[in-house]
Amino acid sequence: MALSVSKTEKLKKALKCAFPKTIPIMAGFLFLGMSYGIFMRVSGFSFVYPMLMALTIFGGSLEFVAVTMLLSSFAPLHTFIVTLVIQARHLFYGISMLEKYKNTGLKKLYLIFGMCDESFSINVSSDIPKDVDRGWFMFFVTALNQLYWVSGATLGGLLGSLVTFNTEGIEFVMTAMFVVIFLEQWLKEKRHYSSLIGFFSSVLCLVIFGADSFMIPTMLLILCLLSLFRKPIERAGE
Amino acid sequence: MTMTLTEQIVTIALCVLGTMLTRFLPFIIFSSSRPTPKFISYLGKALPSAIFAVLVVYCLKNVNILSYSFGIPELIAIAVTAGLHLWRRQMLFSIAGGTVCYMLLIQLVF
Repeated sequence: MALSVSKTEKLKKALKCAFPKTIPIMAGFLFLGMSYGIFMRVSGFSFVYPMLMALTIFGGSLEFVAVTMLLSSFAPLHTFIVTLVIQARHLFYGISMLEKYKNTGLKKLYLIFGMCDESFSINVSSDIPKDVDRGWFMFFVTALNQLYWVSGATLGGLLGSLVTFNTEGIEFVMTAMFVVIFLEQWLKEKRHYSSLIGFFSSVLCLVIFGADSFMIPTMLLILCLLSLFRKPIERAGE
Repeated sequence: MTMTLTEQIVTIALCVLGTMLTRFLPFIIFSSSRPTPKFISYLGKALPSAIFAVLVVYCLKNVNILSYSFGIPELIAIAVTAGLHLWRRQMLFSIAGGTVCYMLLIQLVF
């Protein structure tokens, strides 16, 4: 009995700590999720599609591309390759989370399953207070984010194009969030080798390869530069 | 619609499978029961800073600086977000301020 009370307390504390971190994502995901649901609906799909796809894929950019795939002729190999290319950045997230997801028990499976850009960014960058359970904090961040996304997608799918609202520009909330996380990281570090490598690699590859295919070259370039400058970067990290 | 229901299910399943492969692969290769290679641990520490920069660029990838509005609203809104954040260091405040600023700019000015 005493054990279950303290467990409830632990969960409450983790949820209380996690929720404020997810508020910007709530705004962004409800809006983007709804746009996605509406897009599916006007493309001729029932709300069940965006709902289930939001639940199982849980990756915004791929879900938008998947609408086009579902409207074309059946091409499984193409689908699979496009998926791998769009989602390849998760490999980097996984490598960064190897340590942080350790000793989180069965929750680890869900943490990996739900590791989208936003959940990753919050979980890797948050300073979690010592008295808050790390595993449950990350679990709630991931679960709340998925809840927002699935709710948005389902609502959009149900309402279709009935909704007209002047929310033009609200999608910038995601950009603003990544800007703030980037800035926080920048203020925390003494040397900025890695931040600068990320910035210049992505800008260079965006200019050369264009918006639709710059992520893989960016990842490769970052890997090369991080290997090349390993010594100074490790020294700066000490 | 050109696809049958089965084909749709297979298409969606492949999206799920590919996504999960990219999310689970590092954890499968570098299982926690064996020590992680030093180079991978190094990458794990160095990558997040680089990724945050990439994600900012990724959000802005479709901004065309060569045609109207030349990325000016984005630039201003990012400056406002960063300025607010340097001023108060309150994450929600900076994000909300930057977003409202962007919405006003593209709805009323540009």
